[in-house]
Amino acid sequence: MTFRHPTRRGFLASTMSSLAALAAAGAMPRRARAATPPGVLVVGQIAEPKALDPAAVTAVNDFRILVNLYEGLTRYKPGTLEVAPGLATDWTISDDGTVYTFTLREGVRFHDGTPFDAEAVKFNFDRMLDESHPYHDTGPFPLAFFFGSVAKTEALDPRTVRFTLNEPYAPFLSNLAYPTGLIVSPEAVKRHGKEFGRNPVGTGPFRFVEWRSNEAVVIERNPDYWGEKAGTEAVIFRPITDANTRVAEMLAGGIDLMVEVPPTSLAQFRGGGFSIVEQAGPHLWFLILNCKEGPFADKRVRQAANYAINKEAIVNDVLEGTATVAAGPIPPAFNWAYNDALEPYPYDPDKARALIEEAGAAGAKLVFYVTEGGSGMLDPVPMGTAIQADLEAVGFDVEIKTFEWNTFLGQVNPGLEGKADMAEMAWMTNDPDTLPYLALRTEAWPDKGGFNSGYYSNPKVDELLEKARTSTDQAERARLYKEMQVIVHDDAPWVFVANWKQNAVTSDRVKNFRLEPSFLLHLASVVKE
Amino acid sequence: MLLGITVIVFLIMSLIPGDPATAILGAYATPENVEKLNRDLGLDRPMVERYFIWLGNMLQGDFGRSFSLNRPVIDEVAERFSATLVLAGTSFVLCALFGIAAGVVSAVRQYGLADRLITFAVLIGISVPSFFLGMIMILFFAVRLRWFPVSGMYAIYGGGDLADLLHHLVMPAVALAAVAAGVVARLSRSAMLEVLRQDYIRTARAKGLRERRVIFGHALRSAMVSIIPVLGLQAGFVLSGAVYIETVFQWPGVGRMLVDAILKRDLMLVQGGVVFVAAAYVLFNIAVDVAQALLDPRIKT
Repeated sequence: MTFRHPTRRGFLASTMSSLAALAAAGAMPRRARAATPPGVLVVGQIAEPKALDPAAVTAVNDFRILVNLYEGLTRYKPGTLEVAPGLATDWTISDDGTVYTFTLREGVRFHDGTPFDAEAVKFNFDRMLDESHPYHDTGPFPLAFFFGSVAKTEALDPRTVRFTLNEPYAPFLSNLAYPTGLIVSPEAVKRHGKEFGRNPVGTGPFRFVEWRSNEAVVIERNPDYWGEKAGTEAVIFRPITDANTRVAEMLAGGIDLMVEVPPTSLAQFRGGGFSIVEQAGPHLWFLILNCKEGPFADKRVRQAANYAINKEAIVNDVLEGTATVAAGPIPPAFNWAYNDALEPYPYDPDKARALIEEAGAAGAKLVFYVTEGGSGMLDPVPMGTAIQADLEAVGFDVEIKTFEWNTFLGQVNPGLEGKADMAEMAWMTNDPDTLPYLALRTEAWPDKGGFNSGYYSNPKVDELLEKARTSTDQAERARLYKEMQVIVHDDAPWVFVANWKQNAVTSDRVKNFRLEPSFLLHLASVVKE
Repeated sequence: MLLGITVIVFLIMSLIPGDPATAILGAYATPENVEKLNRDLGLDRPMVERYFIWLGNMLQGDFGRSFSLNRPVIDEVAERFSATLVLAGTSFVLCALFGIAAGVVSAVRQYGLADRLITFAVLIGISVPSFFLGMIMILFFAVRLRWFPVSGMYAIYGGGDLADLLHHLVMPAVALAAVAAGVVARLSRSAMLEVLRQDYIRTARAKGLRERRVIFGHALRSAMVSIIPVLGLQAGFVLSGAVYIETVFQWPGVGRMLVDAILKRDLMLVQGGVVFVAAAYVLFNIAVDVAQALLDPRIKT
C-alpha cells in the first residue's frame, strides 16, 4: 500500500485493494471484514475530537491524536515527565529566569512543505497570546494561560527564538512540551483560517489524511519526517463514545487499540489474544475539605477523615486495581519532585474516632458533593458511596449531593463556603507546580480566581510554592516541592485518595506500544503485523 | 409553533447550570478564563439580545457555528439527520411490513399455532428494551459470530458503498424495529379481527371471491384506516428510540449528536438541532394526516 495522495479516495482505493487481495486469498472472507488490515492501526477513541488545532483544544482525547501530527519545542523524555529537546535542540535560560533562548532543529519542514523556523514559532505564540494578531480570531484558545507569562517572542535569526517572560516561571519548559505548545504551520493557518482545526498541518511523524465526522480521523506516515519514520503506514482514530460498544469492537477485532478500558471490562481481555498495558500518570483524585467552616476547620478532623477512608478498598475493589493509593498532593509520576518518604495515611478507623472525639466533632453532619462523571473522575458515584460508608462508620452523618459534571464544576469552583463540607475532585497536570499552585495557595482562593475551593491557607506552603515556581534549577525545585508535600500531608486540606493508572488494551498484532506517564499517546514507534 | 420551540429551547439551554466555558475549560475554569472565553464566544451579551441575534441569523439560513465541533451547525445537523433518517426510515419500513404481516397472519389464523407463536414473539418484542436487545445482538452476532460489524455506519477502510451501509444497518434497524413491530402487530391483529367479523366480508366470501382477495382486497384495506395512525405514532417512536440505538451502535445520527451537544453545553448545536428536528417532525405529521385523508374519505370534512 502506498499513500502518495492524501485523499479519501486514494486511501480507500489502496485499502480496498488490500482487502480485495485478502478476500481473494480466501482467508476467511467473513472474518476479514472484522479484522483490520496490517500496517494500519485502528485506535478506539472515547469521543469525537473537537478540533485538531493544538492551541484550541483542551481534552486528552484530542491530545492523543495531536501529538502524532505535531511536535513542540520540547517534549517529555519517553517514560518520564522530564523535559527533553524536541523541535528545539537546546536552550539557555537567563540568570533571573525570565529570558529563554532556543536553538531550533535544522532541516525540519511542515507537512505542507514550508520550513519550520523561528518566524513560525513566533507566529504560533503570537496567534495564541496577542489579541491584535491577524489570526487570533482562529481561536478561542482556552489554555493560552499556560503561556500567560510570555511577554514577547522574538525571532533573532531563522534558527534562534527568544521568549521574554514577565516573571520567572519554571513550568514554562514543561508547558512547551504540553499539547497546547505544539507548533502548527503558519502557512496552513493563513490558508484555512477558522477551518485550520479540520485541516491540521504540523511537523510530526504522521500527517493528516482526512476527518470523516463521527466516523474516523485518518493520519498516515510522514515520509519526509526528520527523525525515525513511523512504524505503521496509517493510523485511524475511531470515536466510540459508548464504553460497552468500544469493548465489543475490541473483542470483535474492529479496533486494534483502545484506551480508558472500563475497570470492570479488563478481565475480558486477560489472555486470549490481547495485551493490557498500564501506566501511572500525573493524576490525583482527592476530596476537597472545607477548611474555613464546619467540622473540617479543625485539622484533627481533616486528618481523621484521611484515616477513616479505606483507600486500599477503593482502588482495589471499586476501581479494580486501576489506581494506586495517593500519599500527598503531588503524584509519584513526577518522579523528580515526588517525596518518596511520604506514606499514605493508613486505614485506621480507631485513630479516626479518637481524633474526632478529641476535636469534639462526633456525630457531625457533613454535606458531600459528588459528580456523576467527568474528566479524570474515574468512578465518582461508587467511590463517593464507599467514602460515605467509611465516614459514617466513624460517626459522621454524611449527606451526598450528586451533580452532573458541568453543574458540579459550577458549584465547586466558586468555593464550598456555605454549601458543602467536602467535594470530589481530580486533576491531571503536566508539571508538579500546576495543581498545588492553583489549588493550595492562599492567593488561589476562589474569590481571587483560583481553585482553592476549600480555603486552605498556610503561609509556609505559599512561600515554598512561589519560590519553586521562580527557581530554574530542577534540584532546587524538587527540594522545595518535597518540603511542601510534608506540610500539606500533615495539614490534610484534602483527603488524598487515588492516583489513576491509565490503561489500554491492544490486540496481539500490535507491537512496541507503551503508554506514557503524560497520558499522551505516541504511536510513531508502534508496529502492527 | 416553531417560533415557540425556538423560545423554549433557548430558555432551557440558558437555564441549565454550567455554561460552555466550564465545559471547555473543565478543571481550568477560573472566573478570569471563563470570562475571557465567554467574551470570545459572544456569551457576555444579555440573553434577550443573544436570542434575537440567533433568531435573526436563523431566518437568514445561518444556524451559527458549533464550538465543540468547530464547524457550521447546519452542516453537522444535515449530515447527522440524514443518518438518522436512514436508520429510522429502514426501521419504520421493517416494523410496518413485519408488524402488519404478523398481525394479518395471526388474525386470519386466530387461535391457531401461527397466531400463538406470533403473539408470543410480539409479547417478547414489546417487553425487551431496544438498547438491551441491541447489546445482546452485538454480543451474539458481532462478537461471537462476526456476521455483522459492531458499530458505525460505514466500514472504516474500504466500503462506503450501499452493500457496506446495509451490512452496518441490519442490526441497529432490527433492534429499533422490534418494539414498534410488536405494537403494530398487536393493533393490526385486533383491527383485522374486527373487520373480518363484518357482514361485507361474509358477503364477499359468499360471492365466491378467493380468500386471498377477501383478506387483502377487502379486510386489510379497511383495517388500514385504523392501522395508519398507529404507524404515524410508531414513526415518532422509531425517531426518538433512535437516540438509544444510535448510542449502542455508535450510529452517527442526530439523537446522539444532541446528547453529546447537551453534555458539552454546545448551545448553538443543541438549539439548531432541536429546531431542525422539530420542523421535520411537524412536516412528518402533516404527511401522515394527508395519507390518512387519502385513504379514508370520511376524515375530509
